[in-house]
Amino acid sequence: MESNLSLAYLMLSAILFVIGGVGVLIRRNPLVMIMCVELMLNAVNLSFVTFGKMLNDISGQIIVFFVMVVAAAEVVIGLALIVAMARRRPGATADDLRTLRG
Amino acid sequence: METVVFIVSALIVLAGGLGVVSSRNPVHAALSLIATLFGIAVLFLNLGAQLLAVVQVIVYTGAIVVLILFVMMLLGVDREEDLETEPLVGQRLLAGLIGLLFLGAVLAIIVIGKDAIVTGTQSVTGAISPTVSNITQIGTELFTTYVFALEITAGLLTIAVVGAVVLSRRPNDLAPIPEPESMINMGDEPLTAIPEEGAH
Amino acid sequence: MVGLVWLIPALPLAGFLLLVFFGKRIGEPRSGWIGTGAVALSFVTACVVFAGLWGEPEHTYELSLFEWIPAGNFSVDIGFLLDPLSMAMVFFVTGIAALIHLYSIGYMHGDSRFPRFFTYLNLFVFSMLILVLGDNLVLTFLGWEGVGACSYFLIAFWFEKDENASAGKKAFITNRVGDWGFMVAIFMTFFAFGTVTYAEFLPLSPGLAETTATFIALMLFVGAIGKSAQIPLFIWLPDAMAGPTPVSALIHAATMVTAGVYLLVRVNPIIAASASWIPWMIAIVGIATAFLAATIAMAQQDIKKVLAYSTVSQLGYMFLAIGVGGYTAAIFHMITHAFFKALLFLGAGSVIHGMHDEQDMRRMGALRKVMPVTAVTFIIGWLAIAGVPPFSGFWSKDDILAYALHKSPILYAIGLITALLTAFYMSRLVFRVFYGDARWGESAEGELANLKAHTAADVAESDDHADAHDGAHAGAGHGAVHPHESKWPMLVPLIVLAFFAAIAGFLNLPFTHNLEFLNNWLEPVVGENQANFDLGAFQLTFELVLSTTIALLGIFAAYMVYLKNKVDPRRIELPFFANGWYIDQSITKFMGGAGRKGFELIAMFDKVVIDGAVNGVGRATRGGAARLRSIENGYVRWYALMIGVGAVLLVAFAMTQVSF
Repeated sequence: MESNLSLAYLMLSAILFVIGGVGVLIRRNPLVMIMCVELMLNAVNLSFVTFGKMLNDISGQIIVFFVMVVAAAEVVIGLALIVAMARRRPGATADDLRTLRG
Repeated sequence: METVVFIVSALIVLAGGLGVVSSRNPVHAALSLIATLFGIAVLFLNLGAQLLAVVQVIVYTGAIVVLILFVMMLLGVDREEDLETEPLVGQRLLAGLIGLLFLGAVLAIIVIGKDAIVTGTQSVTGAISPTVSNITQIGTELFTTYVFALEITAGLLTIAVVGAVVLSRRPNDLAPIPEPESMINMGDEPLTAIPEEGAH
Repeated sequence: MVGLVWLIPALPLAGFLLLVFFGKRIGEPRSGWIGTGAVALSFVTACVVFAGLWGEPEHTYELSLFEWIPAGNFSVDIGFLLDPLSMAMVFFVTGIAALIHLYSIGYMHGDSRFPRFFTYLNLFVFSMLILVLGDNLVLTFLGWEGVGACSYFLIAFWFEKDENASAGKKAFITNRVGDWGFMVAIFMTFFAFGTVTYAEFLPLSPGLAETTATFIALMLFVGAIGKSAQIPLFIWLPDAMAGPTPVSALIHAATMVTAGVYLLVRVNPIIAASASWIPWMIAIVGIATAFLAATIAMAQQDIKKVLAYSTVSQLGYMFLAIGVGGYTAAIFHMITHAFFKALLFLGAGSVIHGMHDEQDMRRMGALRKVMPVTAVTFIIGWLAIAGVPPFSGFWSKDDILAYALHKSPILYAIGLITALLTAFYMSRLVFRVFYGDARWGESAEGELANLKAHTAADVAESDDHADAHDGAHAGAGHGAVHPHESKWPMLVPLIVLAFFAAIAGFLNLPFTHNLEFLNNWLEPVVGENQANFDLGAFQLTFELVLSTTIALLGIFAAYMVYLKNKVDPRRIELPFFANGWYIDQSITKFMGGAGRKGFELIAMFDKVVIDGAVNGVGRATRGGAARLRSIENGYVRWYALMIGVGAVLLVAFAMTQVSF
């Protein structure tokens, strides 16, 4: 594959990462925030596979595999937290967590 | 051919990503996320990572997004979010600025640096084999070079399961937490809450 | 068997830990039994270890558990030194402590902080055992501070009353002066020898330069006079009587206050290596304390205060013994004193308990009929301390006086006078409490008024005065006092202690060398530095007869004054003595006047320079924090944004570093 296409993959990855990051910063619904984090993770995954391709290295794909496992664990815990929070305070947003401030 | 596939998928990915960030209804956001994830799976195929493409579809769209949707239904939090107001003054402006700066910096590096941005050397031991299939190669690597990491992720998943069970157990004293006195009298801006009636 | 030595302090420690965590849940009677059991088991272990110690060479055994403080070439172990001296100490500490624990179950009955009392007592016994068994100065110092802290906790045990709390503080602060000396001595020892382990530096002491040895001995002496209440640091001990009576018996009579004597006996090679004025100073301070405290004890009205000054006086005897080279005599007197003084304090506690917390002797009298067991045991203790043969105090005091005569006849003479005073004030105590007329429920002022009525003319006025006071006291519930005998947990220790107070003298009979069991036992520790002389049969007989005569004379004098009323007591109980030679008042006056100016100057420096710097830092931090606070607004998204800012800055920095 020509290198220009690889660079295009990296640019796409960067754009997706920033979209996800901005989403985390401006959305208040915790579920949507989690989805935005997933976007960022996928952007990074894409860049990993691209780098692996550019260096002809299988490790790029292996690390993506691990990232996916960690992402799965993170989503499980994140959702459990959201459930626990929503039970206490239905309709709570991420901003409402500031009531925990001392 | 590759280029065409890339362009189409990239458009789907970006459209989905923007959809996640901008839809007021979380369910729409989740559906947009599925589109993005599918697009990335196609890109994985395009990059020759067949196993990851399949895992992406099964794990992300099949498990994670479904789980997110499930929680939405369970808690009934699929109400629309008011995107017009922003309690934090300057948050959006700053977020956009930061995003643009970051994006600009990274893109500048890629455009200026071209191939030189990849500073590693071509792999010898872990080279992608043209003869052995992708699945076999990843499997072999996972169970030889990365076997300890693999075991640790197993532990991580177990911990996550236990943690999820503990966290989502119904507590005995399920009284809603009242607004703390100190918060009310601090003269701060009012707390945000999703409006009771959604504008469906 | 001897390897079990670690168990001796470990058992009270276990009791302490159990009680400190679960004491409240264990509740009143059982927590007391746990505390008692731990110490009693410790005593049993001591017996087992003693049996094993016979087989060791020189009756000495060292056990090092682990390295505690490794710091360069300075190293301190947690280790135990078991030799005849520490064995003797362990025996009477654990034995008497077990009895006093048992006694406390009865005495503290119904107190709201009953479990906590036993928690402190167990911690105290643990600390005392560490002090005695530690194989180096630092470990001894750990125990030293531990007993000091427990003493503070227990003096101020009923801290609701202001005076108890301040008595605790007084004891603690006075002790700090002594602790300072001890610490300097430890530094100096390390400086001189490169080690603080007894077994390593004591054998090297004879080769020490005289000035160094003198300095170390002086500083150790400062430490010892703080803990053992000698002039000028004795002022805390009488006030320490604010604590519960078992505490006075255990800590402020039998064990803790003898720690200074133990320390000086332990380091006897250093005293031997120091200048010759050090033993003289120790002897003079000892005899002066003994005499001074005895005079004060004559004029006190509070039963516990009398015993407190008497303790100070007896400790003075022990210091005298050390100063004149009678180390075994000091230990001998320490042991007998522990028995009879613990007995006297516990007896006094029994009286106070039976009189419903009355401590003033002017409102006692004729108690031997209502409290027969207490009275009999107390009388045995009285005869022991007064020095009537064949009770224990006679032998140990006489031992000390024999050494004193060997050193100087003047010391001997003052010692004899003090013995006379001792017999006198103890007899006064016994006659006023157990004999004479029952004065229960009377007000002290009333009795004084009656005395006045006997001697002075204005009878009518005084009686009015007395009536008014009686009425007031009856109204306050003092009118009806029905003394009663105590329960068995309090009586058993009294009987056991009375037995030992009577016979402990046979530990060390002066008649033949073979009968000096304690001297022979302690030979490996003090042998070389013990003053050595032979009393002829004539001189020995003379001394024993003289001592007996003196003791009986004191008792007879008290009999004439307090039972036959031949002399007005007020001509003996001078205000000068009652006020403790005005030492406390003088200190207060100095601190309030001339001393205060100096302190104010130091306080000024502290306020302006040191506080200025400290507060400046604090103010700067607060000012900065107030400005930074607005960043921490509690919004998760805001924090995420800050992370984003950081990321951008990092990328920007990376861009300046690379070149394509």
